[in-house]
Amino acid sequence: MGHPELAEKFIANNERMHWHDKALWFVREKRDLAAHGLNEWESLREVAKQIKTHTIDKLDFYLEEFEKNAKEKGLHVHWAKDAKEHNEIVLKLLLNRGSKKLVKSKSMLTEECHLNPYLEENGIEVIDTDLGERIVQLRNEAPSHIVLPAIHLKKEEVGKTFEKFLKTEKDNCDPTYLTRAARVHLREKFLNADASLTGVNFGIAETGGVVVCTNEGNADLGSSLPKLHIASMGIEKIIPRLKDLSIFTRLLARSATGQPITSYTSHFHAPVEGGELHIIIVDNGRSDIIANDDFKQSLHCIRCGACINTCPVYRRSGGHSYGYTIPGPIGSTLGASKDLRTNKTLPFACTLCASCSNVCPSKINIHNQLYKHRQSVVSAGLLGAKKHTILKVATWVMKHPALLDFGGKMARKIVPKLPRSILYSKVNVWGKKRELPKFPKNSFKELYKQREEKK
Amino acid sequence: MSSRETILNNIKKNVPSSTIDLPETNIPHTIYENKDEKFTTSLASVGGNAVWLKDESIDEFVAKNYKDFEVIVSTCKDYTCSTKEANKPNTPHPLENVDLAVITAEFAVAENGAVWVKNPDNRHRALYFLATQLLIIIPKENIVDTMHEAYERIEFDKSGYGTFISGPSKTADIEQSLVIGAHGPTDACVLFV
Repeated sequence: MGHPELAEKFIANNERMHWHDKALWFVREKRDLAAHGLNEWESLREVAKQIKTHTIDKLDFYLEEFEKNAKEKGLHVHWAKDAKEHNEIVLKLLLNRGSKKLVKSKSMLTEECHLNPYLEENGIEVIDTDLGERIVQLRNEAPSHIVLPAIHLKKEEVGKTFEKFLKTEKDNCDPTYLTRAARVHLREKFLNADASLTGVNFGIAETGGVVVCTNEGNADLGSSLPKLHIASMGIEKIIPRLKDLSIFTRLLARSATGQPITSYTSHFHAPVEGGELHIIIVDNGRSDIIANDDFKQSLHCIRCGACINTCPVYRRSGGHSYGYTIPGPIGSTLGASKDLRTNKTLPFACTLCASCSNVCPSKINIHNQLYKHRQSVVSAGLLGAKKHTILKVATWVMKHPALLDFGGKMARKIVPKLPRSILYSKVNVWGKKRELPKFPKNSFKELYKQREEKK
Repeated sequence: MSSRETILNNIKKNVPSSTIDLPETNIPHTIYENKDEKFTTSLASVGGNAVWLKDESIDEFVAKNYKDFEVIVSTCKDYTCSTKEANKPNTPHPLENVDLAVITAEFAVAENGAVWVKNPDNRHRALYFLATQLLIIIPKENIVDTMHEAYERIEFDKSGYGTFISGPSKTADIEQSLVIGAHGPTDACVLFV
């Protein structure tokens, strides 16, 4: 199913759609307050863009530098060309050490690689430790947002889930109570884990270390108890210098949730005492995106989710309607780059309002990319027959001004007289939940002419 | 061909021959007239609190403000009333019942209420996250404006782990309701001495 069909399910519940819309807009407003609190905000975005442009253009150099420096510090570096290889490396590391219980902190990359089911099939207990991720894991759902994985759920639903799995009080859905219950439940998992896996927010080429940002402290607690810490990192997470973090740490949390910084910004350049730190560098289609000038900026993403929170389509259709690991505007361009056929509806889940590009901390031209992807969908012949025909007819009409004028004139006369049963029939998908505006007497062209004559 | 070569070759094939220079990161930025005040409000906004020690020792401060705390460990030399040694166990697990950890931080950042914690003498980094409450000790002159100054003070030649801690652990994953105390400490007090 494509985005329109999945979105239709979500918007069927009108009350929930508006609730979801408001919840996300609240986060967007907090982002605005934080951003406007700094006079240098736009300079930060510009510098971030320059750092990312430079880094992606010299990515081979910085990856090799990262590897060299990480190895000098005694860290282990692995390379995975795709999801399968990544998952196999993780499993091998676990099996070789007899590890059976893995605690994970948020990593969209492992979602992309479908790591959890693979490990579970191979007898590993995998526990997602971020509260939102744990909630969706217990419910056997995917995260619906990259920063707020359970944003689609109401507290009553979380209460029910915890009642079933954590034996919490019946009908108690107080967020503090539920969070405390999860704390107790997960504390036990942390203490008994024999391996941990985290994502990576930034890999520093200059020092060979990785940086992980969380609010809950789950990445730190997870990685500091067992002896084995695996960090999975997409190739685009590299930054050249330690001091580049002065730019990105100022942008990340403010863009994400409006906080001035995450509770924990942890820099890992060594394992725990007697332990091992393994970094898996994952490509999985990223190096192909670099080849395309139209889309390579999508690799500048720092996964803050600002474009998702601001997107009018995401806010009203929910993360699960995208059917791709990363929902929202940035996910739509990444998904289309990765597999246009499967994700052909995503570039159209967009009003081209450009709000995503305007809030992006690394100034990615997201809406331009979605516009370009639409053209690729058409030239690949993947557009639905109906839409294709309509566009063809529209193109032909617009190429004939006299016909367009005549058609407009007739429409202004006839349409207001048509009964609703015809106007809002099934054929007119635009008429769903939309009322036609009142038709003016004259066309824009006629009005413009009249105005010019009066002068 | 190894995956390493496959990936690097594909990147080499696709990257342009030239690019822009790396920009300067120390851009003109906000400077706070009263850093102490800014730090206090920033930390309060993320659920922590800042205190300046006056006419008393750290021991006295802890005795007064953390009365019924049973298990107290410390990585701070100036605190002498620990009930347990932080570095004694060979794994961090025995530290799970710590009620209060008195730890040291190198400096504080006014813009966001964060403190830089990197202590090569602390054996178990898990302590910072296992303890129910944190008391973080910082010399009062060590406070900087923004992350630009912060990263000028950081290096990783010696100790391999360092973290910025900004307030207690928290989450808003259930209906956007902020709950202080997720997996880590439920309270974080920064004490300037």
